[in-house]
Amino acid sequence: MSGLTPGFADPVPDAQAWFRALLEAMARPGRIQRVAALPQAPAPLAPAAAAVLLTLADAETPVWMDAGPGAEEWLRFHAGCPLVAEPGAAGFLLAAGAMPELAALDAGTEEEPHRSATLILQVAGLETGRGWRLTGPGIGTEHRLSVEGLPGGFLAAWAANGRRFPRGIDLVLCAGDRLAALPRTTRIEGAG
Amino acid sequence: MMMQAARRRWMGVLARADADAIAARLAEAPALPRHVRLRGPETGLVMTRGRQGGDGAPFNLGEMTVTRCSVRLADGPVGHAYVAGRDARQAELAAVIDAALQDPARHKALLAVVIEPLAEAQAARAAREAAKAAATRVEFFTMATMR
Repeated sequence: MSGLTPGFADPVPDAQAWFRALLEAMARPGRIQRVAALPQAPAPLAPAAAAVLLTLADAETPVWMDAGPGAEEWLRFHAGCPLVAEPGAAGFLLAAGAMPELAALDAGTEEEPHRSATLILQVAGLETGRGWRLTGPGIGTEHRLSVEGLPGGFLAAWAANGRRFPRGIDLVLCAGDRLAALPRTTRIEGAG
Repeated sequence: MMMQAARRRWMGVLARADADAIAARLAEAPALPRHVRLRGPETGLVMTRGRQGGDGAPFNLGEMTVTRCSVRLADGPVGHAYVAGRDARQAELAAVIDAALQDPARHKALLAVVIEPLAEAQAARAAREAAKAAATRVEFFTMATMR
């Protein structure tokens, strides 16, 4: 119990600000969002990824994470969420290391596609204005997004995820205090 | 198990004491290191449950106001407090003392200076109130014979 650090300094307004940022990120895929209020997250959690988990996870959302016992204890204390060992059983997933296979996660059902999992992926860097060409709902003509530190087969896995529509996984990319979202409807072209 | 029972006792004593009484006792104890607030103090509602006759089906008795606080002392231990009512200062003081009591180096002095006097005062008050109530006790058997 000795490594615990505080969560949000002011839990209600901070979580609301992050929730608003997540809505913006999902509505405008590939646009980077930042919020000044950052939690004191234990390593290896990135501040933005930790804030997203604090905002979304509660007693009714099973969470899977690979960030080690310190981070698990921290999240369990502040969010009170159940932690699961099986990625396919989780509503939210946090990947600080290797990305879990998208095909193995809960993609929802044809009747209730909104019950699918959301993957929060920590990446090395996020930049707009260059890199991938993103198109799809929420994007006027195109957004450019460059992501560092994704695994090799990501684009193929993402294309397969898009073909399952309306089922599928939504993705939140976090780097430091920045986040961008890729909902399942966003199409990616070009090299990252 | 021993630790758990002892901790339950001191957390109960702190939860029943008011903030001024705790602060007055704490002022006479060796100074504690600084602490950071992990959560709260924050006030919310807790559903209390009862059982008819002690072993019947559980039912919701009603909600009560509870204030909780969790802190970590600068040198490690984490303390928690759940107290009835809205007194944030009491919850924070109780959490700090709970953290410090888990530290073997501080345990004995704090127990003697803070917890024992509070427990004695609470026991004395409970005895006083029990005596007051006992004075008005009605013996139904006696009433029957008085007629």
